[in-house]
Amino acid sequence: MTQDIPSPLVLEIENLSIEARANDSWSGIVNGVSLSLRRGEVLGLVGESGAGKSTIGLAALGYLRPGARVAGGAVRLEGQDLLALPEAARRPFRGTKVAYVAQSAQAAFNPAHRLMDQIVMVAVERGGMTRAAAEERAVSLFAALQLPEPDRFGRRYPHQVSGGQLQRAMVAMAMMCNPALIVFDEPTTALDVTTQVEVLISIRRVIEEFGVAAIYITHDLSVVAQIAHRVAVLRYGAVVETAPIGRIMAAPEHPYTRSLWAVHELSVSHEAAAGHDTGEALLSLENLSARYGDFEVLSDISLTLGRGETLAVVGESGSGKSTLGRVITGLKAPSAGRARYAGAALPERVSRRPKALLRRIQIIYQSADTALNPRQTVRKIIGRPLALYHGLRGRAREARLMELLRLVELDPAHADRTPGQLSGGQKQRVAIARALAAEPELIVCDEITSALDKVVQAEVLRMLMDLQARLGVAFFFITHDIEVVRAIADRVVVMERGRIVEQGSRAQIFAPPHAPYTETLLASVPEMAPGWLDRIIAARA
Amino acid sequence: MNDSIATPSAIPGRLTRARRALAGAPLTARFGMVVVLAYVIVAVFAPFIAPYGEVEVVSRVPFDAWSAAHPLGTDQLGRDFLSRLIFGARNSISIALATTLISFALGCLTGMFSALAGGIVDQVLSRFVDALMSVPDLIFILMILSIFGSSVPNLILIIAVLTSTRFFRISRAAALNITSLDFVEAAKVRGETLLWIAVHEVFPNILPLMLSELGMRFCFIFLSIAALSFLGVGIQPPTAEWGSMVRDNAALFSMGDITPLIPAASIAFLAIAVNFVVDWLLSRASGLQDEV
Repeated sequence: MTQDIPSPLVLEIENLSIEARANDSWSGIVNGVSLSLRRGEVLGLVGESGAGKSTIGLAALGYLRPGARVAGGAVRLEGQDLLALPEAARRPFRGTKVAYVAQSAQAAFNPAHRLMDQIVMVAVERGGMTRAAAEERAVSLFAALQLPEPDRFGRRYPHQVSGGQLQRAMVAMAMMCNPALIVFDEPTTALDVTTQVEVLISIRRVIEEFGVAAIYITHDLSVVAQIAHRVAVLRYGAVVETAPIGRIMAAPEHPYTRSLWAVHELSVSHEAAAGHDTGEALLSLENLSARYGDFEVLSDISLTLGRGETLAVVGESGSGKSTLGRVITGLKAPSAGRARYAGAALPERVSRRPKALLRRIQIIYQSADTALNPRQTVRKIIGRPLALYHGLRGRAREARLMELLRLVELDPAHADRTPGQLSGGQKQRVAIARALAAEPELIVCDEITSALDKVVQAEVLRMLMDLQARLGVAFFFITHDIEVVRAIADRVVVMERGRIVEQGSRAQIFAPPHAPYTETLLASVPEMAPGWLDRIIAARA
Repeated sequence: MNDSIATPSAIPGRLTRARRALAGAPLTARFGMVVVLAYVIVAVFAPFIAPYGEVEVVSRVPFDAWSAAHPLGTDQLGRDFLSRLIFGARNSISIALATTLISFALGCLTGMFSALAGGIVDQVLSRFVDALMSVPDLIFILMILSIFGSSVPNLILIIAVLTSTRFFRISRAAALNITSLDFVEAAKVRGETLLWIAVHEVFPNILPLMLSELGMRFCFIFLSIAALSFLGVGIQPPTAEWGSMVRDNAALFSMGDITPLIPAASIAFLAIAVNFVVDWLLSRASGLQDEV
């Protein structure tokens, strides 16, 4: 291998194939992937969920998930083939030569230990640093990552810092031993747009400052456009196209790449959604407030939602938008104000609402994983509201069930599966079918597409708009994704810290002048064109 | 896709799945199942298997030694020991089983209800259970039985209620984790009753944990019934019961005869077998994906 050229090869993945066990047979999840990475270079791995992005990212650490095996190929880290080594010999590389930044820092940090203890651990145990030296380095990394009070930050526990800060703390942990390679696995996907910008800036800074090579896994093309030098597009475990960022963004060659680029511009046929008759108010809230103990989560909320209309509620996490959804569904009683539904007062609590009213307001949750009982089959999940609200049983219920499955574009054969046997998009469709089974007038959608990748997200949104046109159901659509709002909303409510800062039709909200907070929110959405992040960094300097 | 309503389901039927599961069972589980099955057969067909009747005095010699006519000898009244052992399986197992099931149902239901209801209901129920648990079991049972008289229904009831406190504790703790999940909230918004939510939404998700507890409690109940019989307040003579058989023939120990240990060993053997089976059920129930 040539070692003396200016930027030596850090990682070389050659013809890598990985198989996973499914139903007593092995099937390929990574098929003959070859990638290489030089020092200081950032390679973006993009593709839909299930394309094998994370599997390749973990393979770069010489790690396979349980139930997976290597079918062939090599992963050479600075010339050393990791896969040729036994597991025990691979382990010392991790955290020292190659490090990993996971999607959810919340899940990756142990809540029972202080951040500093967790961050310096690998450096002390494997990197041969003394505790004092490791802490010193951690503090300098905190400073480089623009964390508040760098010398005191490490004393906190994970729950005492914000999500964005925790994600940066994880980047610091990865940087501790000055690794040659860092694998970022969707590090900003779980964050708000405004927080995402901060984390992206930090990641960009440390990569440039320390000259590491990085693999950046994401399904968000506009993020990869800001971070990566080169992009590899994956599908079904194989690379369909690799090109420098400028070229692949401007002129993608492969048809699949082009189709990915196309769905990024979420264009749900808005002809169907636009111009709903909003004459009759279905739901109206007047000066509504709600509190948890002494903390006021909602203050003075007034809004109306018309029949068959989509009202999008946007804001960062903690803005109270989900609580607002809970008040409407009767899970949280307001502390002040009035709520009216279809002309009559809306009882505050679920227990006070008659069944006929409960049927008319349904809710769909963000995470179908927790919203569907893992022990029940799809038939039971969707069948229950049919029996409860409409008294359907036997053949009539089965017929309606099949109708609903087709309505949400699911194969009727899926009726016998449990949620664990379905993909993320399919699970969310089951949740939608369950809501539709009640034949509601209003569905509260709480971030229902944020756990889905772009392609699936576009399909689900298109389906929802289609259903709205056919069934005339109104959506109370809670989201933090400006793209989604742009695609589907009739009217928009912008929330910040429990208050409505701006509301109006979609056209009004997206046309200047904006309220200051709306301005920040809109400016934080990454653009597809490379250089957007550079402009933001330049503007701040 | 539109005309595929009658698509044959890809999931095999219950019977096929059960057979497949059995085929994949580890050796310990198979061993346990065989032993449990043997016990059940002995219990059910006791009158046909046993050479003599349960209370039939067949010999003038009490504490007779092992012989061809009486393979395990005779007891203190000259009854056939082997026949008593076989009938004892019937009484001991059925009483222990009934007690376990009652306490399981009672404990799980109240535990889940307490977790779902929350607030003052939860507090009152939990403190009541704490109070019950704070009294030593054996003393409590002895007290109640001496007040209300020592009959089999009384015995079953009192042990079931006391054991249900353990099920209550565990099911409440496990259910608390489940009640915070969205699907329980969704069921509440749907207008389901607490009982429906407990049985359909919560119970299947805490079942693995409860199963492991069930196996262990079955053994403990067995032992406490045997202990009570040994103390003379359990199952009353002349009914054959393993615990009382140990006590009644304890005099043999002093003569170096191990016959009274056989009923004790029967209890221990069954306890081990049941736990093998439960362990296997547990590993299957907790691995959601493996059952395909």
